[in-house]
Amino acid sequence: MAETSSAARSAPLDGVAPLTHPALLMRPLPAATRLSLRVTVGAPANFAALKGLDLGGAINTWTGAAWTASLAGIHALRLGPDEWLVLAPDGDAEPLAASLTAALSGRPHAIVDVSHRFASLEIAGTAAEDIVSAGCPLDLDARAFPTGTATRSLLGKAEIVLARTDDRPGFRLEVARSLAAYVWDFLAEAARDVVEN
Amino acid sequence: MSQPFRLPTGGRIDRSSPLVLTFDGRAVHGFAGDTVASALLANGVHLVGRSFKYHRPRGVLAAGVEEPNALLDVDRGGGRREPNVRATVAEAFAGLAVTSQNRWPSLERDLASIADRLPPVIGAGFYYKTFMWPPKAWVRLYEPLIRRAAGLGRAPDGADPERYEHRHAHCDILVVGAGPAGIAAAMAASTAGRRVILCDEQAEPGGALLHDQTSDIDDLPAQAWLADGLATLARRANVRLLARTTAVSYYNHNHVALVERLTDHLAEPPASRPRERLWQVRAREVVLATGAHERPLTFPDNDRPGIMLAEAVRIYINRYGVLPGRRIVVATNGASAYETAIDARRAGAAVSIVDTRASDRIGPELDAARAAGIEVLAGFVPIGSKGRHRVTALRVARLSPDGALPDVPDARDLACDCVAVSAGWTPAVHLFSQSRGRLEFDTARDAFLPGSSVQAVRSAGAAVGLYDLAACIASGARAGAESAGAPVPPAVHATPTLTGFAPLPPDLPLRLGGKAFVDFQNDVTAKDLALAVSEGFESIEHVKRYTTSGMATDQGKTSSMATMGLVATRRGLAVPAVGTTTFRPPYTPVSFGALAGQSRDRLFDPVRTTPVHDWAAAQGARFEDVGSWKRAHYFPRASEDMAAAVRRETIAVRGSVGLFDASTLGKIEVVGPDAGRFLDLMYAGIMSTLAVGRCRYGLMLKEDGFILDDGIVARLADDRFHVTTTTGGAARVLAHMEDYLQTEFTTLRVFLTSITEQWAVIAVQGPKARETIAPLVDDLDLVDAAFPHMSIARCRVAGVPARLMRASFTGERGFEINVPADYGRAVWEAVFAAGRAHQIAPYGTEAMHVLRAEKGFIIVGQETDGTVTPDDVGLARLVSVKKPDFVGKRSLRRPDLSRPNRKQLVGLLSDAFHEQLDEGAQIVAHTGQPIPMTMLGHVTSSYMSACAGRAIALALLADGRHRIGETVHVTTADGFTRATVARPVFIDPEGNRVHG
Repeated sequence: MAETSSAARSAPLDGVAPLTHPALLMRPLPAATRLSLRVTVGAPANFAALKGLDLGGAINTWTGAAWTASLAGIHALRLGPDEWLVLAPDGDAEPLAASLTAALSGRPHAIVDVSHRFASLEIAGTAAEDIVSAGCPLDLDARAFPTGTATRSLLGKAEIVLARTDDRPGFRLEVARSLAAYVWDFLAEAARDVVEN
Repeated sequence: MSQPFRLPTGGRIDRSSPLVLTFDGRAVHGFAGDTVASALLANGVHLVGRSFKYHRPRGVLAAGVEEPNALLDVDRGGGRREPNVRATVAEAFAGLAVTSQNRWPSLERDLASIADRLPPVIGAGFYYKTFMWPPKAWVRLYEPLIRRAAGLGRAPDGADPERYEHRHAHCDILVVGAGPAGIAAAMAASTAGRRVILCDEQAEPGGALLHDQTSDIDDLPAQAWLADGLATLARRANVRLLARTTAVSYYNHNHVALVERLTDHLAEPPASRPRERLWQVRAREVVLATGAHERPLTFPDNDRPGIMLAEAVRIYINRYGVLPGRRIVVATNGASAYETAIDARRAGAAVSIVDTRASDRIGPELDAARAAGIEVLAGFVPIGSKGRHRVTALRVARLSPDGALPDVPDARDLACDCVAVSAGWTPAVHLFSQSRGRLEFDTARDAFLPGSSVQAVRSAGAAVGLYDLAACIASGARAGAESAGAPVPPAVHATPTLTGFAPLPPDLPLRLGGKAFVDFQNDVTAKDLALAVSEGFESIEHVKRYTTSGMATDQGKTSSMATMGLVATRRGLAVPAVGTTTFRPPYTPVSFGALAGQSRDRLFDPVRTTPVHDWAAAQGARFEDVGSWKRAHYFPRASEDMAAAVRRETIAVRGSVGLFDASTLGKIEVVGPDAGRFLDLMYAGIMSTLAVGRCRYGLMLKEDGFILDDGIVARLADDRFHVTTTTGGAARVLAHMEDYLQTEFTTLRVFLTSITEQWAVIAVQGPKARETIAPLVDDLDLVDAAFPHMSIARCRVAGVPARLMRASFTGERGFEINVPADYGRAVWEAVFAAGRAHQIAPYGTEAMHVLRAEKGFIIVGQETDGTVTPDDVGLARLVSVKKPDFVGKRSLRRPDLSRPNRKQLVGLLSDAFHEQLDEGAQIVAHTGQPIPMTMLGHVTSSYMSACAGRAIALALLADGRHRIGETVHVTTADGFTRATVARPVFIDPEGNRVHG
């Protein structure tokens, strides 16, 4: 059954005002389809072009069409040897899961809808790297974390998934919904010296 | 402006920006660019504090972070007060209020200074010897006394009003120290496009170049070379230059912590600006260009205000335009202090030099001094000083030809108002040592130098004992280039530096009377160290702790070599045989604020809330913390207290219907062809036989057979299960399952995915639960025959796709509606609206606890504590006897886990109906027995139950199931009370209500 409803949705970062500054844009991103895909890979090449989804990328990279922090097509974030977080525009969960299931039939796998498990936000601008660095221990320099990177990490005490979607400075950040307010507040606090000056 | 000791010209201060600060309430005039110390000295103030133990008058000794004496209380305004700030580091600004410490009633007349004239009772080991006995005196007398005397400053009592930030940073090469070696290293390292971070602890980068007025580098004046270098580095996008930034700690994997100070020098910092930023740098390579610290000479009364380190005197003259005295005696055992003498002479002071070396052992500096018109007493040593709050004369005596004995009877006084002392240099190897690099003693330089490295680190400049300017630059350039894999730049030419020194016999001060200080901050004298050795302390680590030498906040930067030299000499060993103490982080004191960073107030720890949280808050719910979750505890109406609210909520559930937010329950989706087999291994019960659409309650055991967690296993499809865990166990259970899947049951084709946050869980419980939700449910028949207790189905609730469970943690007919979390709030409100017809009541965790206790349902962590088996809590029926294996099965067969008289879950009914037993209270059979009594168990849960009409309790009681009906005695706050052992179920013992 398609996930459509007359009931109102409420997301963790509803009503949060974006932070805008010449060096920084931080804004909550709209709802998205998120599937956790688990499948044991024999040879990654087997998966090239699976229903338009390329699972052959290296661990901690994403594959898919060019995108910005907002979702355009389907993107597969490879978070582990047998784990992908598949992102797609909101509302596509059922058909996407069905087509992936069909494509993977005969091969042990798991597709679990986790669309509502996360909230996501975009943090962009020349100050973005520095501000995410307030809580994320990874090297976020474009040379070490180029476009195409997507990985699990930490922001302060919260687990996050961080992706560099395109060549503009900035990231898409996914976080468990109950930690979204903490992550937003953490980044906003770290950004104060940029935004208020 | 009254700055009698300010030179008319020169220095790097901004004379167009005068400022006034206060010291003990008196105005002190200075200029932008001054430190508090340089401003005080410009005003002729040398007496700035009282020493720790003896309350001796003390003045500014140094010009940098090594300062042991001039520790002041600094009030920057707006609640920005900090004790024990080194005046030599604190930058001056208008309105700054600094106060001396450790004196009463005033700095000039300090009553406690009588300690200095008492018989020597507070020498080495004073605390250990004095405060031994009687034990009771510790609590009442010694400890309060020591606490009052301990420390110099007074800790602030208000909350810190400032912001602090953390930053992680990565680079190819981290260069610590921006003196000549560090600048050269950063220049060489950054030519190849490598990412370079250059940090320096001072307000201005430049190190020794900032006070070098005479050297040329490649035909440029030193300071012009510095300016060129800094400008070049600033232009390079791959270089980050951090001033006012101290590298404090060096950890594994070239992980170096820096503290950047951003606002301490500002009168009115922007509110958003952090006071300090803690940088955690991960560097591929590190270059340590940390310089060296000058050593003071050890002689009686060497701590009088006006006696300063020679290089510090030179810094005050050249960098700050301050002449610390008009008659300066330079007392030295080496060449570098001659630069001070010559610069002081040029600045207009009357200068003489006392050199402990015989004239034939002195290098070209002797002629240079004489050419400048400075008298040099060669082969003389200071043996004392005069003056009260300021030195008035230095007492010197001729040394015997072997340099070991001063000719005391023939001593003479040299009148002066400032003594510039130098006993040579100690390379700052702190960070290298923290990196676990080996230190090697270099006899020629009389110092420990960096030896073999453990991490990717190089040292350069004075930190490796190079004191010549050109050599420093060359070693820095080489270290930088090698770190970057870049070509080593050509050598520079620089004015030769006066270098070299000849250490004195360390025990020389012991031949003289009076107090010769080694560690100024902790008031440790040469005699204290000798006493420690004579009392049998041999290890330098033991001597250090016994005497506290080197254990003050300066960590012995000026005293370590004197301490080691003295101990070695008294033990008749060479210094390397005694060894050096361990250098520990941090290099200089670090504020708690910097360590905490943003993690304070609401960011101290994440607060997790459910999709229903805001609704509950709007209803006036009180919340309790469960892990990092906020859960609604109870929903008081009007003037209700907790007891009244819980009473009403429980009655509503048993009488009609209640609504409960169970979203925090852990949830795991277990998927794969072997999912059933896997769950059979993980749970004590059998799960693979569960029909699709059915649920089963299960216990999860640890390998040791004890209960780890409990929850419901629901089968959605042959290869797909929806599993719940306790709220607190969510992460633990997933990790437990992953662990077994990845290490023990690796052939099973199963995948685990956390869905805790995917689903909001709305529990609807009570006899009217079905009537409440029925109008909202599509695609599912809710009649008992079609959807009995312990069923699961996909359907729609309020139009939202849901996983609906028929399950109960109350003993009433119950449903748990799982909906995608974004819809949680809307569906909750729809159910609440639908339940109005049935007087639906939202209830919190407290009512939930009461309701389940009335039924004797356990809570993992309350009825269990990691030593409780399924049989102990009466759930042996949930342990499969047929399954060949499951985690914990073997352990359950151990004799101790299967013996009959273990503590078992029972109910307890207090004799007095309304007497609520204390949770945790101990249970005994009778109270007449001698103490210690035989304890039979304890109360695990205790509540007032409105529905049972009395207080109820659950307990773990030895052989409990055979004691039902017996009377036991339960401890209370002031004795015992009586209770009767009962079955652990207080409502509906047949369990009919759950089926409707």
